[in-house]
Amino acid sequence: MSVSPNTRPAGHKPPFWRDRAKRALIFQLLLVAAVAAFLLYIVGNVQDNLSARGITTGFGFLGNTAGFGIVQSLIDYSSQSTYGRTFLVGLLNTLLVGGLGVLAATIIGFIVGIARLSPNWLLARLATAYIETFRNIPLLLQIFFWYFAVLRTLPSARDSLAFGEALFLNVRGLYLPQPLFESGFGLIPLTFLVAIVASIALVIWNKRRHEATGKRLPAYWISFLLIFGLPLLVLVATGVPVTWEMPELRGFNFRGGITVIPEFLALWLALSIYTASFIAEIVRSGIQAISHGQTEAAQALSLPRNLVLRLVVIPQALRVIIPPLTSQYLNLIKNSSLATAIGYPDLVSVFAGTTLNQTGQAIEVIAMTMAVYLTISLLVSMFMNWFNARVALVER
Amino acid sequence: MIHNQTIIKERPAPSSSVGAIAWLRTNLFNGPINTIFTLIGLYILYLLVVPTVQWAFLNADWIGTTRDDCSREGACWVFINARFTQFIYGLYPREEIWRANIVFAGFFTLIAWLAIPRLPLKRWVAVFALVGFPIVAYVLLHGGYFDMPRVPTHRWGGLMLTLLLATVGMVGALPIGIVLALGRRSNMPIVKSFCVVFIEFWRGVPLITVLFMASVMLPLFLPSDMSVDRLVRALIGLTLFQSAYMAEVIRGGLQAIPKGQEEAAAALGMTYWKRMGLIVLPQALKMMIPGIVNTFISLFKDTTLVMIIGLFDLLGIVQAALADSRWLGFSLEGYVFAAFMFWIFCFSMSRYSQYLERKLHTGHKR
Repeated sequence: MSVSPNTRPAGHKPPFWRDRAKRALIFQLLLVAAVAAFLLYIVGNVQDNLSARGITTGFGFLGNTAGFGIVQSLIDYSSQSTYGRTFLVGLLNTLLVGGLGVLAATIIGFIVGIARLSPNWLLARLATAYIETFRNIPLLLQIFFWYFAVLRTLPSARDSLAFGEALFLNVRGLYLPQPLFESGFGLIPLTFLVAIVASIALVIWNKRRHEATGKRLPAYWISFLLIFGLPLLVLVATGVPVTWEMPELRGFNFRGGITVIPEFLALWLALSIYTASFIAEIVRSGIQAISHGQTEAAQALSLPRNLVLRLVVIPQALRVIIPPLTSQYLNLIKNSSLATAIGYPDLVSVFAGTTLNQTGQAIEVIAMTMAVYLTISLLVSMFMNWFNARVALVER
Repeated sequence: MIHNQTIIKERPAPSSSVGAIAWLRTNLFNGPINTIFTLIGLYILYLLVVPTVQWAFLNADWIGTTRDDCSREGACWVFINARFTQFIYGLYPREEIWRANIVFAGFFTLIAWLAIPRLPLKRWVAVFALVGFPIVAYVLLHGGYFDMPRVPTHRWGGLMLTLLLATVGMVGALPIGIVLALGRRSNMPIVKSFCVVFIEFWRGVPLITVLFMASVMLPLFLPSDMSVDRLVRALIGLTLFQSAYMAEVIRGGLQAIPKGQEEAAAALGMTYWKRMGLIVLPQALKMMIPGIVNTFISLFKDTTLVMIIGLFDLLGIVQAALADSRWLGFSLEGYVFAAFMFWIFCFSMSRYSQYLERKLHTGHKR
């Protein structure tokens, strides 16, 4: 019986380091051991260091009185409040500037991005100049510029810049009239909700009817009227149960109305303008990614121009635009942590800054702060994956 | 009978379809809406450009040594002039600045050599830039050898520190990023999940918390008798943060290489590291260069954050100079100068990356 030279004699196994599966297993076990040893080393060091400094670990400090005030808080807060409350105030302030920043950056970004593709030479050049200027200058520098070089050099309260009798801008911030809701106002948000539900129902019904009979109503215009007209009608019918509290100069400062602190203004402006320059580029490349053949084919089917945009170009462009857009939103929220450099009371500033310095609970505080940002990131990327799966091109 | 036909002479195109007027018509004034946009654009331009030129050039003061030399009608560039050395070198001792200058010169020569395609010996220059030059730069900047007095790192600052942070962060992040990217594509589940968790963790948190962590928590992690320099702490934070972003860029490049390449290499009997090192990475790295340059630009801008943990980079030193009681009230000049410096670097790098993208955009389309 002949044995070809390439087949191994039975019973003679190769050494284990020649077996890919075993090698992978050993390598991974070694990796786990190395990481575990590294973590144990760190934990040991941390315990030694903490006991040497007399710091007790744990989250008990969250119940202690903070003892410092915060200039802007969306919920009740005083220096008697606890560190736990400080955390909440900071988190809400971060979300506030993040949310408003996302809104403004999207609006500016879309306008500039579309302007960059405009056939108007001057407009396109202005948009390019905007993008190239703002995305090549560090965000922190832009925040400093708006805060120290613009808002901090405004006149004092007595010489405020006034826009009509309602808006005042001075070195202490922006003063806006505040709406005071009287009894009976609750009806208006209610009508608003009803109108939104009705509009959604209308759009769905209209789509079904269109598919069944080929007839369609201008459903979007009708819902627009419903959503904005109906609450307005109710507002007038109930006799406008809103009064405006105007900011008034008393002594050295303004009283009444809403005060927008300059730290917020500077951070919000810088974040929106900086992020908008990236969003504009995303919008431009998204629109340019749609080949011209798509538009021409749609026109050849004699679709009217607005439907070409709505049914052919925009859905495809959004598929390209949305993923990088979400990551820009995430960047904006993470960048809002630069607030600490000008003293806007966001999460990093009041919690990872003041609270950490007062309590010395570095590990807990940094871990909580990082956990917040990680949670936001994970939530947004989960949404992004869901959205991507929904709009992804279905290929063979 | 043949009529004497006169051939009509060639006439120039109507003046409305050639030249400047036609250009204006098609690009600026075609239709009422575009005309309105053009007028609005011109107005915005007028509002922006006229005061800026007046402030920065026409009414500006350039010569002098103290604030009294400034008329205060326009920009006071005297302030920048007086502080220029500090903005570039930080608090580096004046008589030792020649050492920093040698490092600067070497740095820019190496960068230019690597960036200009025509110059030869790229590989050896790259090896020197990554291995030899950091040692030379450290010896020169830090001193303590060859009779050069030591300059402690807290005196380093300005543009020098900004470039140092960005370059070291980048060079340190590249190998870690390659390992992480390979690990994320690995078939081994534990390796893969370690890499995914590591990358997503650093990408999910803001750089400022990373820097806080590096400056506050790192001393807790180390044995109590071991202390780490503040600059080194910032560098560790920056490198770890950057390596996660780098890993994703590299993963993108690896994904662009057709799978057949690796399969063909495997069919030739190459081991994993040979397949990666000789076949996949050389092709992938070429395609990643634009992405790497882009992450470098964002790292370069992000280095400004180190001023929050007490290092004086370009922005930090400008901010510190603005607080000087002899020069109060020149924040606009300071910020404009810093913005201009950052802009020059970032803009030229982004142009270079676009140029590379065009140049490398060949061969991999299917």
